[in-house]
Amino acid sequence: MRFLPTGEQCDYARTLRSLLGAAAVPAAVRAWAAGEHGPGRALWSSLAGTGLFALAVPEAYEGLGPLPVELALGFVELGRAGVPGPVVETAAAAVLLAALGDEALSKRFLPGLASGGASATVTLPGGSPYALDADAVTHRFTVTEAGELRLAAGPGDPLSSTDPARRLYRPPADGELLAAGPEVAAAAGTALRWARLLTAAQCLGVGEALLARTVEYAKQRTQFGTPIGGFQAVKHRLADTLLALEFARPLLWAAALSLSPRDVAAAKLTAGEAAYAAALTALQLHGAVGYTEELDLSLWLRKARPLRDAWGTPSRCRAEVVAG
Amino acid sequence: MNLDHSPEVEAFRAEARDWLRSHVPARPLPSLETEEGFAAHRAWEALLHGDRWSAVSWPEEYGGRGADIERWLVFEEEYWAAGAPGRVSQNGISLLAPTLFDHATPEQRARVLPSMASGEVVWAQAWSEPESGSDLASLSSRAVRTEGGWLLHGQKTWSSRAAFADRAFGIFRTDPAAPKPHQGLTYLMFDLRAPGVTVRPIGRLDGKPAFAELFLDGVFVPDEDVIGEPGQGWRIAMSTTGNERGLTLRSPGRFLAAADRLTRLWRERGDPADTALRDRVADAVVGARAYELFTWAGASRFGEGGRIGAESSLNKVFWSQYDIALHETALDLLGPDAELASGAWAEPWLFSLAGPIYAGTNEIQRDIIAERLLGLPKGRR
Ligand SMILES: Cc1cc2nc3c(=O)[nH]c(=O)nc-3n(C[C@H](O)[C@H](O)[C@H](O)COP(=O)(O)OP(=O)(O)OC[C@H]3O[C@@H](n4cnc5c(N)ncnc54)[C@H](O)[C@@H]3O)c2cc1C
Repeated sequence: MRFLPTGEQCDYARTLRSLLGAAAVPAAVRAWAAGEHGPGRALWSSLAGTGLFALAVPEAYEGLGPLPVELALGFVELGRAGVPGPVVETAAAAVLLAALGDEALSKRFLPGLASGGASATVTLPGGSPYALDADAVTHRFTVTEAGELRLAAGPGDPLSSTDPARRLYRPPADGELLAAGPEVAAAAGTALRWARLLTAAQCLGVGEALLARTVEYAKQRTQFGTPIGGFQAVKHRLADTLLALEFARPLLWAAALSLSPRDVAAAKLTAGEAAYAAALTALQLHGAVGYTEELDLSLWLRKARPLRDAWGTPSRCRAEVVAG
Repeated sequence: MNLDHSPEVEAFRAEARDWLRSHVPARPLPSLETEEGFAAHRAWEALLHGDRWSAVSWPEEYGGRGADIERWLVFEEEYWAAGAPGRVSQNGISLLAPTLFDHATPEQRARVLPSMASGEVVWAQAWSEPESGSDLASLSSRAVRTEGGWLLHGQKTWSSRAAFADRAFGIFRTDPAAPKPHQGLTYLMFDLRAPGVTVRPIGRLDGKPAFAELFLDGVFVPDEDVIGEPGQGWRIAMSTTGNERGLTLRSPGRFLAAADRLTRLWRERGDPADTALRDRVADAVVGARAYELFTWAGASRFGEGGRIGAESSLNKVFWSQYDIALHETALDLLGPDAELASGAWAEPWLFSLAGPIYAGTNEIQRDIIAERLLGLPKGRR
């Protein structure tokens, strides 16, 4: 047993981290929120260049996967950088189609998703009824409660999110029927688990970004003639934030290894709550300047709560943990 | 010990309820952090004022009803229960007005209070500066003596509603040579449209220009707009922070009404099997009741001549934490719909997150509680 990422896995995460560190992600997020997808798309294509989306697609369809551990480690970096768009949804759509095992559908969609040439949003039973960024994607999938997989022609009705960089759409009820039956429901269950896992990973990254920025700020902001990071009340909140994130991390790794419903739910629950708590701490310790949209911090602050609830609220995840 | 109101107070309650029932707008006004919403809220203040409901606790000569604290609390209960709009005049009414009652000249009161009560002049609080937040006494904006008054220089920030407000009140350094930072400060009022004032709205987390930066470059303030003695600004300002942290900023009526809305939401959408969420709804109901009763005890003490002192820090920490817990419970009840910005709970939730920051951060309030109420040694600060 060696419960740590391999050298190769660490290298991959590092590659993403330096790629995203060099890209102007906050500007892309702001543009995305304003409905300009250009900079976000450019970001996506450089991510696709690292093989990110191929990690969710089987080799038979021009993918590299499925490699949930690598994908989860990668999604921590996406969260840390605050990458906009339906990244989780695109990966979950690939998992859905692969799990369905329909040769024609796989051939039709998977190579595009693997290469990053296509993107997707998806709604599934057990997730939110609203499709993320349906205006910005190539494909819009929906699995209904009745087990029908449909492809919508248009984005549907727009609704605004408390995070302007998350653009929500109520999916249209019609659309091309791609498949139906119990195998669709089963594939949707698998895709939901992956979506939950990758959202958990994103949450962890969001929490880490919030903590890192707040630690930096606490060292540099002075009041009463001393850096606020020297006050015990400030130190303790930051220490607690680190504690929560560090105990969510192993749950995420275990969930990526087993992909069991219970492990995935535990990871999502802890990472989601840790990220949201990190957001509250970051806001509090920044004071009023944290409560502005001008500071880039706001890009992560506003993401934390929707991500905590996306693809399985804490309450739903808790129910999954005790369901056995 | 009793919690009964006299027949006179109940009659006052009934009068307020009737008035609100026939005047509260059927549809919520647009957000007061927008130009359109600001104007609508100003019109609402005028309507309230027309029947002397805008500042019920003020003496009648200034447009109030001379209501004691018991009646004021009863009015607030009715106000929030009726779903009436947020108060655009709040900064003036809850922060500047008490200062004026304690420290201003009769001439100043007669000049400032009536137009505040009618919403004709909306006031902004200009205390904070970029480098002086929690350590407010370190502020560096100056007021320099000139003929017949003072000239203001410097920068203020986070001034709520200043994007659309008319006038502001703030503290300025008038004696840079004073031996201690909180000495040599002066409290005064100025016009946000005076020459030398530049107002730069700042977008809040939801993008609305709910506060602003003020750049002051030789802004003239006549002597008649200085409150109290020059050099006494700190003492005067501190006598109002109790109001801000304590009752007047967040009366229990607001939370009783919110807890009621939450209970209704639970009955409509709650899953009876989700006992954890049910327990949090119950906690919100009990929390509002605790705050209400704590307030009645404080009000009774106050009515007997007591003063609101460091106890107001207890209020501040309680209501700000309570407000977040209540809104988070509502969001959890809404599930995936919580994310919708158009939902009735989204904007107030986002605003609740600022509660532990403004009116003195909760870290600072806890220090005050520990040092002044528990007598613990003063920390390094
Ligand atoms: C929504 C909103 C509206 C506002 N409206 C107004 C207004 O109308 N007028 C106005 O003048 N101001 C207003 N403010 C500003 C508010 O008063 C300040 O934000 C507050 O005083 C804190 O100052 P700061 O933001 O500079 O934080 P800082 O003082 O920089 O504090 C940053 C963090 O350090 C902590 N900290 C600082 N000192 C200590 C210490 N000694 N011990 C432990 N922790 C410490 C703080 O608690 C906080 O968590 C508003 C703020 C907000 C968020």
